[in-house]
Amino acid sequence: MNIVKTIMAATALASLVAWGAPAFAARDTLTLGVVLEPPHLDPTAGAAAAIDEVVYANVFEGLTRIGPSGEVLPALAASWDISEDGKVYTFHLRANVKFHDGTGFDADDVKFSLDRARADDSVNAQKGLFAQIDTVEVVDPATVKVTLKQPQGSFLYNMGWGDAVIVAPESAETNKDKPVGTGPFRFDNWAKGSSITIVRNDDYWGDKVALAKAEFRIIPDAAAAIPALLSGDVQCFPFMPVGDALAQIEADPRFTVVIGATEGETILSTNNKKPPFDNLKVRQAIAHALNREEIIAGNGSGLGTPIGTHFSPGNEAYVDLTGTYPYDPEKAKALLAAAGFPNGFKATLKLPPPAYARDGGQVVASQLRAVGIELELIPVEWADWLEQVFKNKDYDLTIVSHTEPNDIGIYARKDYYFNYDNPDFDKVMADLDATSDQAKRNELYGQAQRIIAEDAVNGYMFQLAKVGVWDAKLEGMWHNAPVQANDLTKVRWTE
Amino acid sequence: MTRYALNRLLVGLATLLVASVIVFSVMEILPGDPARLMLGINATEDAVVALRQQMGLDQPVVLRYLHWIGGMVVGDLGRSYTYSVPVLELVAERAAVSLPLAILSLLLLTVVAIPVGIFAAARRGSAADAATMAVSQIGVAIPNFWFALLLVYLFAVWLRLVPAGGFPGWSAGPWPGLKALLLPAVALALPQAAILSRVTRSAMIDVLGEDYIRTARAKGLPRAQVLWRHALRNALIPVLTILGLQFAYLIAGTIIIENVFYLPGLGRLIFQAITQRDLIVVESVVMLLVASVIIVNLIVDLSYAIVDPRLRAA
Repeated sequence: MNIVKTIMAATALASLVAWGAPAFAARDTLTLGVVLEPPHLDPTAGAAAAIDEVVYANVFEGLTRIGPSGEVLPALAASWDISEDGKVYTFHLRANVKFHDGTGFDADDVKFSLDRARADDSVNAQKGLFAQIDTVEVVDPATVKVTLKQPQGSFLYNMGWGDAVIVAPESAETNKDKPVGTGPFRFDNWAKGSSITIVRNDDYWGDKVALAKAEFRIIPDAAAAIPALLSGDVQCFPFMPVGDALAQIEADPRFTVVIGATEGETILSTNNKKPPFDNLKVRQAIAHALNREEIIAGNGSGLGTPIGTHFSPGNEAYVDLTGTYPYDPEKAKALLAAAGFPNGFKATLKLPPPAYARDGGQVVASQLRAVGIELELIPVEWADWLEQVFKNKDYDLTIVSHTEPNDIGIYARKDYYFNYDNPDFDKVMADLDATSDQAKRNELYGQAQRIIAEDAVNGYMFQLAKVGVWDAKLEGMWHNAPVQANDLTKVRWTE
Repeated sequence: MTRYALNRLLVGLATLLVASVIVFSVMEILPGDPARLMLGINATEDAVVALRQQMGLDQPVVLRYLHWIGGMVVGDLGRSYTYSVPVLELVAERAAVSLPLAILSLLLLTVVAIPVGIFAAARRGSAADAATMAVSQIGVAIPNFWFALLLVYLFAVWLRLVPAGGFPGWSAGPWPGLKALLLPAVALALPQAAILSRVTRSAMIDVLGEDYIRTARAKGLPRAQVLWRHALRNALIPVLTILGLQFAYLIAGTIIIENVFYLPGLGRLIFQAITQRDLIVVESVVMLLVASVIIVNLIVDLSYAIVDPRLRAA
C-alpha cells in the first residue's frame, strides 16, 4: 500500500508542477487543517486543546499572554506592578479596548472573569491556576488589584493560559457557541463537523492582522491530510499528523516543514506506591533499561528530543539529565537482582490511543523484556485511561505525553496518579512560589528536575515533536508550541 | 396483506425497544466520565463535580433512561454534553449530509449492480461474463477506505476535478454539495455493487433455467422481454434481501468514509461522540440508525409481498 501511495503521490506531484500552482487573486485568506474539532469554543470551560488552537490569541486575550518562545508578554494588561512581598499585583489595563459585540472592556470585566473562574460552581478546567487568588479589586476602570494568599512566582504566566482569558458578563454564557473576545480576529461561523471561520476585527486596539479571514478545517484522518495539502484545499497544517509521508512532503519545494518542540513530555508513568515500583532500585533498573533513541525511532514519525526529566528542552531552565541513568541493560539486571528480582517480574502497561503510546509501548516492552520484566500490553481508550489510570490509579505502568506547559508542579500533588511523595521536592516547589526573580527561579527549576530524575519517578523518554507544514509563501506561523495554540496575529502571505 | 404489514410493524417496534435498552446499558457500562474527559487531567475534583451536575449525570440511571426514552417519543432527543446544543438540531445538520450520501450510493449501487448482474447472467460463460465477474471479485476484496484514498489521489490531487474532502454545505448550492458527495458515494457504493452484481447474476441464472422461461421463449416472446419481465421479477427476492442488508452496511460504511473525506455526517458524529463519551448523542444516533435499518427492512419485507403475490396471504 505504501508503494502505491508513493507512486500515486509522485505522479500527482509531477502533474501539479506541470500545471503550476493555482492562482490566488488577493491573498489574505488562509485555510488551516486541524485534527480535532473543538467541543465548543469557550476556553474557560474545557480542557480540549482544540479550543485554544482556534481562539487563543486570535479571538480571546488575557491579562498576559504566552509568546512563541514560551515567554510572558503583556496583553490586555499593558503593564503591572508587584508589591515587595510578592502578594499584590496591580495591573494597568489598555485603553480603547472593545469586545466584539461592541461592549467596552474595563476593570469590571477582569474582576468578573477571575471571580467566575474561581467560583464554587466554576467548570474551569484549570481552576488550580486561580487557587492562590485571595481578592480581586477594581481600583478604577483602568486598574485592577489582585491580592494573593501567598506569593506565587508563576502567577503572571498562569494569567497567560487560555483558561484565564477575559470574558464579558454579557456574553460569558454564550461563548461556547458564539465566542466574544477582545482579540484581533472575530468569530464568524462554525459549520459543525466541518470548519470554523474567523475574520479580521477592524476595531482591534492593537496592530491590525494581515489575514482578512482564516478557516480552520477539521480533518480527523491522517490519510486524508496529505491529499488535502497536495490538492491545495488546505494551505497549512500547524500540527500535521504526517506519519511516514514526512519525507515526501519535505522534498516538495511548495511546502515549508518545521519540526518544533511541544510541551509534551512523553513518559513511562509509574505507579510509585505499588510494589515493586515503590522500590527505587526497580525504578532505576527501568530507567537503565530504556533506550531513548530506539523508542523515538519507533514512534510514528520518528521525531522527538530525548529527555531525562519532566521539563521541556525548549525552556531556558531545562537541564539535560539524560545521563542520570544511561542505557545499560546489564546494570538494570544487576539493580533488579539487588532489589530481590533476579529473575525479573511481570507487570502491565496500559496504552492510550496515540501512536507514541501504542507504537512506543511495543518498543518499551521489548526493552524491558531484555532485562527480565515481562509486560502485558493493555490498549485503553482515552475515557478509559482517565477513569482507570488517572482517577483510580489502577495501573502499573502507562505511556502518556504530558502536554500542559510548565507542569513539573504535578509531582508535588499528593493525589496525582504517579503516587509520588518527596518532601524535598515539595520544599523546592514552595520556594518557587515565593520567588519571582527569573534567575533564581530557573535554579530552583533545575533542582526540581534533578530530584525527580534521581528518584526515577517515571521513565523519562522524549519530548513530543510538533510537525508544522505550510505553504512556502506563508510566514509568521509558530515553530514551537509553548502552549497549544495557532497564533495567527503575525501570519501573512509573502506575495 | 394488512395483517402481514401490521405483523412486520409490531416486530419492528419490539426490536426498537430492545435495542434502546441494549444501547443505553452498553453506554452506561462503558467506563469513562464525560465530565472528566471534557475538563482534562489538570482539572480539580470540584470543577468536575460541578460539570457533572450541569450535565445531569448525577441522577439515577433508571430515571435517565425513562427521561431519554420519554423524550424520544415526543421528539426530544436531549442535549449534547459536549456541544451543549439540542441533539435533534445536531442530528438534523448531520443527516443533511449522510442521508443524501446514503441515497446517492444506494442509487449508484442498484443502477450499476443489477444491470451488470443481468448482463453477465444473460451471457453466461462468455468472455464478457468472465471479465465482469473478475472485476467484481476485485471489488469484493478491496476495502472501501483504501478504494476511497485511490479515488482521492486520482480525482482530487491529480485531475483536480473534485475537492479532496470536506463539505461546503447545501447553502453553497446543490451542485457544490453534490460534487463533494460524489467520490464518497462511489467509494461506498462500488464495493457493495460488486457483491450485489454477483448475487443478481446467480439469482438470474437460477431463474433462467426454470421451465416457464423456456415456455415463454417457446411461445415466441423476445429475449429482452423474457429477461426483464419474467426472469428479473422472479430473481428479485434474493436481490432485495441482499439490498436490504447492504443498506445496513452502507450506514456502517459511512462512519469510515466520512472520516476519510472529512464529511460532517452522522458517521463522523457518532465516532466523535463515542471518543468524547457524549453518551446522549451516541444513544440517540444509534437509535436513529437502528430505526432506519428497521424501516428499510420493513420496506423490503413489504416489497416481497408486491413481488411475490403468494406472500400476501402469509
